[in-house]
Amino acid sequence: MAHAGALHDEDVMLPPPGREPGAGVYNEKLGMWVFLGSEVMFFTALIGTYIILRVAHPTAWKAPGVVLAVPITAINTFLLICSSVTMVKAFASVQDGNLSGLRKWLIATVLIGSTFVGVQVYEYRHLIEKGFVPSEGLYGSTFYTMTGFHGFHVTIGVICLIFVTWRAFQGRYSAKDYRGVEVIGLYWHFVDLVWIILFTIVYLI
Amino acid sequence: MEDVKHAHPNYIAVFIALAVLTGLELFVAFLPWSQMTRILILIGLALWKALMVALYYMHLRFEPQRLRWLAAAPLPLAVILVFIVTREFRW
Repeated sequence: MAHAGALHDEDVMLPPPGREPGAGVYNEKLGMWVFLGSEVMFFTALIGTYIILRVAHPTAWKAPGVVLAVPITAINTFLLICSSVTMVKAFASVQDGNLSGLRKWLIATVLIGSTFVGVQVYEYRHLIEKGFVPSEGLYGSTFYTMTGFHGFHVTIGVICLIFVTWRAFQGRYSAKDYRGVEVIGLYWHFVDLVWIILFTIVYLI
Repeated sequence: MEDVKHAHPNYIAVFIALAVLTGLELFVAFLPWSQMTRILILIGLALWKALMVALYYMHLRFEPQRLRWLAAAPLPLAVILVFIVTREFRW
């Protein structure tokens, strides 16, 4: 140690200590939070663009409920909220060592998430049949861009959830190691959180 | 595996609150009030719901302070971005 002290005295860069405090969470969770930070900026860019276009061209948008079907989207919003509670119940189950509960709640989340995507596809078909297409001016292009990117995120989430569910049936998770469940849960709740904002500014305002 | 152990929050109560606030949003959206009043109330309700999801479902309330700072870091940038672009059309 005398040698190390001598190096320090000479102001030579020392190797880092063996263990740094870090963020206090495991790496996968930290990585997901950093990724979600980038996702915040991605959706902020979309929302910021939407706001400037809407304020600059207020007549290009219709009042809530005139073009977009608010009731069916409200049901879809409720479904996504339900999927968030099933996801967090899956997480709570695996934390408690209840693996059958984990599998049950994960399946419920996959089913509800898939239903959300299905309802969105039905909504798109209905709107396109009515002539509300992406090339229908600012209203159409911003609507399909924002809800489309969100729907893409939900679809990716469902695919990841199917993978996590498959691993849950293989017994890969336990009360001592539930990283995969927690990390996909963070992503899934973020997708729910984004929809909460989008539903308000796209459908209700 | 490092992690923060805590008692489970009442997830069902959070779910009920989110559902009730969504119903309230639908009610406010079609009230015959001024557009600015409705927009402010609706954005306030949406942010309230988003905060509940982040704090309880994403467990930010129970995470170490450093992770909370990390999660909050993009928010000022998001506000700056939105504020700047909303100035654009007035130039």
